[in-house]
Amino acid sequence: MGLFSKEGTFKVLFFGFVLGVIFWGGFNTAMEATNQEAFCISCHEMETNVYEEYTDTIHYSNRTGVRATCPDCHVPKEWIHKIIRKIQASNEIYHKLLGTIDTREKFEAKRLQLAQNEWKRMLGTDSRECRNCHDFDSMDFDKQESRSSDRHEEAIDNGWTCIECHKGIAHQLPAGYDPADDTPGVEEEETDD
Amino acid sequence: MFKNIKSTKTLVKKSLTIFLLAMTAVMFSSVAMSVQSLRGDSALDSKANKAGKHKIDTVEGGIERNFELQPPMIPHTIDKYRISLKGNGCMKCHSEKAYKKEKAPKVGDSHYVTRDGKTLKTISSRRYFCTQCHAPQTKDNPLVDNVYEGI
Repeated sequence: MGLFSKEGTFKVLFFGFVLGVIFWGGFNTAMEATNQEAFCISCHEMETNVYEEYTDTIHYSNRTGVRATCPDCHVPKEWIHKIIRKIQASNEIYHKLLGTIDTREKFEAKRLQLAQNEWKRMLGTDSRECRNCHDFDSMDFDKQESRSSDRHEEAIDNGWTCIECHKGIAHQLPAGYDPADDTPGVEEEETDD
Repeated sequence: MFKNIKSTKTLVKKSLTIFLLAMTAVMFSSVAMSVQSLRGDSALDSKANKAGKHKIDTVEGGIERNFELQPPMIPHTIDKYRISLKGNGCMKCHSEKAYKKEKAPKVGDSHYVTRDGKTLKTISSRRYFCTQCHAPQTKDNPLVDNVYEGI
């Protein structure tokens, strides 16, 4: 009865609003909690394999002290892309429970497939996560080595994306995979100099 | 007289002991001073001396050879590239497949020949570990003048 009175409507709206804020806030907080490096490496599959390798690379330790952690590269920043990736990640929980890669040997055996999944994802988004930090527009080609700037200009002209050349930069490459086989580029004749 | 001899004997004995003790002490102290482990003279339970900072030199166009058949030196940093059982990071640019695209020098022809004289399509396993012969250079000033004249 009271629910349909003017006062009741106000109450429902008010509590609905408050509950909405709490649930939405709680949901996002929980999602952010899964976006921390500490969460990623709470599984030994991540900590002893890919994380261990990453600590050797420039994305972990470098001259200026800027670090890219797991979610910076592997989880999109925009909400809609992030939620899609998070839903896909439920498959990863399933395989965690199955123990699909719970030893180094199993991981190495599966590595090519797993790497190719991630390369495909990055190729599909034009290396969106790389470009959160690395942007052609903000690159100073005069400060790069000539070989790097030549290749980057080639990439801009041909519309290549980061991951096409920069594979295995934060983790080791899968055994038996030769990056020279699918790195884009124009074969130029040798010049003697 | 007899008594005298006995006292001389003890005296000799005493001084000998003192001399030997002193010698041992000198020996031990000189050993401690002259022998030094590779980690320097810092105590075992303390931190080792810091290694010097050495920045790897980048030379566009490569470093000139100093003598015939010298393995060319590496004119860039190599800390990003790994050489392991699974793969050889150097070959990402220097392999027969990649060198044209990357405008990098190709691995020498001799590196494709096995010890039995067979020429392979890919690098021979006996030449697989690039850094056994090829080394990057640091920007340090030499401690002594080098008067060696190359080719």
